[in-house]
Amino acid sequence: MVSDGLKALRGQTAITGVGLFGNGESPGFTDMELLAEAAKRAVADAGLSMQDIDGLCTASVLSTMWPLPVIEYLGLNPSFIDGTMLGGSSFIAHLMPAMLALQAGQCNAVLVCYGSTQRSGTMNRAAVAAARRQMDPQPYEMPYDPVFPVAAYALAASRHMALYGTTREQLAEVAVAARGWAQRNPDAYMRDPLSIGDVLRARMISDPLTVRDCCLVTDGAGAFVLQRADQAKAGPRPPAYVLGTATACTNRQISSMPDLCVTAAKQSGDRAFAMAGLAPKDVQVVELYDAFTINTILFLEDLGFCAKGEGGAFVQGGGIAPGGRLPVNTNGGGLSCTHPGMYGIFALIEAVQQLRGEGGERQLPDVQVALAHGNGGTLSSQATAILGNASTV
Amino acid sequence: MSTTTTAATTTAPTTGLQSRHQALLDQGQFTIQHCLGCNKFVYFPRSVCPHCGHGELALVPPKGAGQVFAVTTIRRKPDAGGNYNLSLIELDEGVRLMSRVEGVAPEQVKVGQRVQARVAQSDGRGLVVFDLVNGGA
Repeated sequence: MVSDGLKALRGQTAITGVGLFGNGESPGFTDMELLAEAAKRAVADAGLSMQDIDGLCTASVLSTMWPLPVIEYLGLNPSFIDGTMLGGSSFIAHLMPAMLALQAGQCNAVLVCYGSTQRSGTMNRAAVAAARRQMDPQPYEMPYDPVFPVAAYALAASRHMALYGTTREQLAEVAVAARGWAQRNPDAYMRDPLSIGDVLRARMISDPLTVRDCCLVTDGAGAFVLQRADQAKAGPRPPAYVLGTATACTNRQISSMPDLCVTAAKQSGDRAFAMAGLAPKDVQVVELYDAFTINTILFLEDLGFCAKGEGGAFVQGGGIAPGGRLPVNTNGGGLSCTHPGMYGIFALIEAVQQLRGEGGERQLPDVQVALAHGNGGTLSSQATAILGNASTV
Repeated sequence: MSTTTTAATTTAPTTGLQSRHQALLDQGQFTIQHCLGCNKFVYFPRSVCPHCGHGELALVPPKGAGQVFAVTTIRRKPDAGGNYNLSLIELDEGVRLMSRVEGVAPEQVKVGQRVQARVAQSDGRGLVVFDLVNGGA
């Protein structure tokens, strides 16, 4: 399933710097300005200068040639560029091509970065949505006026509820757990108390999902630096080694999903674990792209933390909340911490911070292995990364 | 619904599948694809079979019978037209498509209900919608 060549990449590359900037509301900034501040922080965190960066991975929801202006703005001249846009999973999906480029000697320090002013930006979002229908048509779905992305996830949730008896209360548990973690994270955007009842009574958007089953709309930027392990050891911060990573996708449209209740995370997770030589029981903290509450349940199942159909029971009774059976989305996730259009990079950065022991009040003890998982499109692309500290390599 | 197989695909196409599929819908005929390589059905129409990689697929009329595979009610203010149904339908041929179930309140549509396809006309264009069979029993 995973080649010897990929297995040999285990632990050969590490995240050496991370940076966050502008979470929540950052009026007066552009996407690029937020991205640049996060990038500067990540590069400094790695003990490098921007002039040391010779590889770039980035993607944008809006720009089709986004690496170009980023290269220009940051003053880069990279020998490795990846602008692959798979939606919110992109920045985890960028890991493998960056690792291959680093190991081949094509480059020495890769910057992966993203920024968005989705909350404060003055852009006319209705006009953008209308233009997108022309530029990027989905002719077999759009005539039915699906409100994307929420309606796609609502369809998956309806199927999961019908097949497995998953309840709205169990979906709400995911949002309440995320809020519990956010209350331990001073940088999270929403930290007010949230109960199961609050989620259930919130405004229904697309049954069974209320507004509190949906991720935030925030501004924000995140960035990280990847280097070969030998160089990572010489850096100022504890390296977060990439033990395994994989990306999987079979479709864009929710109507083309082979099985509405099994995502491509099954494939990306199996491959990432095989590359790492690890199993779900070896993971101490899990960061999942929770665009909607059903995501967390689907990914816990598909990544092997529980059996298919048992995700609802797994999260029930505070199962993934602080003090629960498995710490999930310890920064508060896309539901309560941040969601500037695409969240994947923030899941990965939180995994790094937990491995480094930088989580403050939300820090978990003895984290050696952390998993970050990104989702893109409407349950379309899936990318998994398993990171470890020095004890794992 | 016609029972004849339309649009033989054994010769080089002179127009795209999407426009042929839509032109048939505009005439009231719903078609899916049948792969000449592996005999499986395919939807939406495309020029490569996703099951076997074969390059020749015929547009054929399905029986039109199926079941509600997944469902949501999209909430909309009454003055904007009110709530409406969005469903994924699995046809008995095994293919799935996005559509809506008409003739019943959106919240009455449930996963597993039997439905039958119908081609509605919307702004002069054909659109596949579904009706519950036996009231969804």
